[in-house]
Amino acid sequence: MSSLETNSVKDDQASGNKKTISLPISRVRLIMKSSPDVSSINQDALFLTTKATELFVQHLALSSFNNGSGKDTNTLSYSDLANTAQETETFHFLTDILPKKILARDYLNSLEQMQEEEEADY
Amino acid sequence: MAERPEDLNLPNAVITRIIKEALPDGVNVSKEARRAISQAASVFVLYATSCANNFAMKAKRKTLNAGDVLAAMEEMEFERFLEPLREALEVYKKGQKGKKEVSEQKRKEKEKKANSENDKSREDEGEEEDEPMEEEAENEAEAEEEVEN
Repeated sequence: MSSLETNSVKDDQASGNKKTISLPISRVRLIMKSSPDVSSINQDALFLTTKATELFVQHLALSSFNNGSGKDTNTLSYSDLANTAQETETFHFLTDILPKKILARDYLNSLEQMQEEEEADY
Repeated sequence: MAERPEDLNLPNAVITRIIKEALPDGVNVSKEARRAISQAASVFVLYATSCANNFAMKAKRKTLNAGDVLAAMEEMEFERFLEPLREALEVYKKGQKGKKEVSEQKRKEKEKKANSENDKSREDEGEEEDEPMEEEAENEAEAEEEVEN
């Protein structure tokens, strides 16, 4: 986790030199406004949400990479993300859009097993 | 409101750049992983908005403010973001103050122009990342509209 901290410090310095945020505020505003109960958002709240989204992207990518299997091959794959969503408390809200992939063969096997268990109950 | 569903996605190029900056050099991020992170970011925005909105509603306010967003981060257990967020907001506010006079003047000039032209540039706003000055001027104009409402 210390690597994340040094990274965010580095990032803060870099962004302090030029722009503070790189995601387009107008797009974030559009996403926020797509929520039906939101009537208006002030400029600071908009800025903070945009900045938070950037921090979130960094945090999700780095946690998934650090916990993932791709450290030896230097890759970040979908399954690393799906695992992080499932295993890390703060990322639980992502499980619906980051479902774990499962082979059809394994799925059929587990279905079969469940059926057998049900039959055994009778 | 968003007219097209793709309006609710964040720009892929920017997301990819942020991912690359966060990871050690030379890490390969699969296309599927990038798409998933981008979608996760959109969901994060919605989740944060909904939490922040709850705080605003509890306080009987209609406009989301900075405190609501920070409270939402705490509720979502992203306390680690609080410090960097506060710092970034400071820097942002300082920048806004300095630019205010310039953008005010710019805005007045803009208003003199035909309104139709103004509307058109607002529609294109999402694609123009390279012109922070202009975007901020517009956002400021929009923020004032919200206050009037």
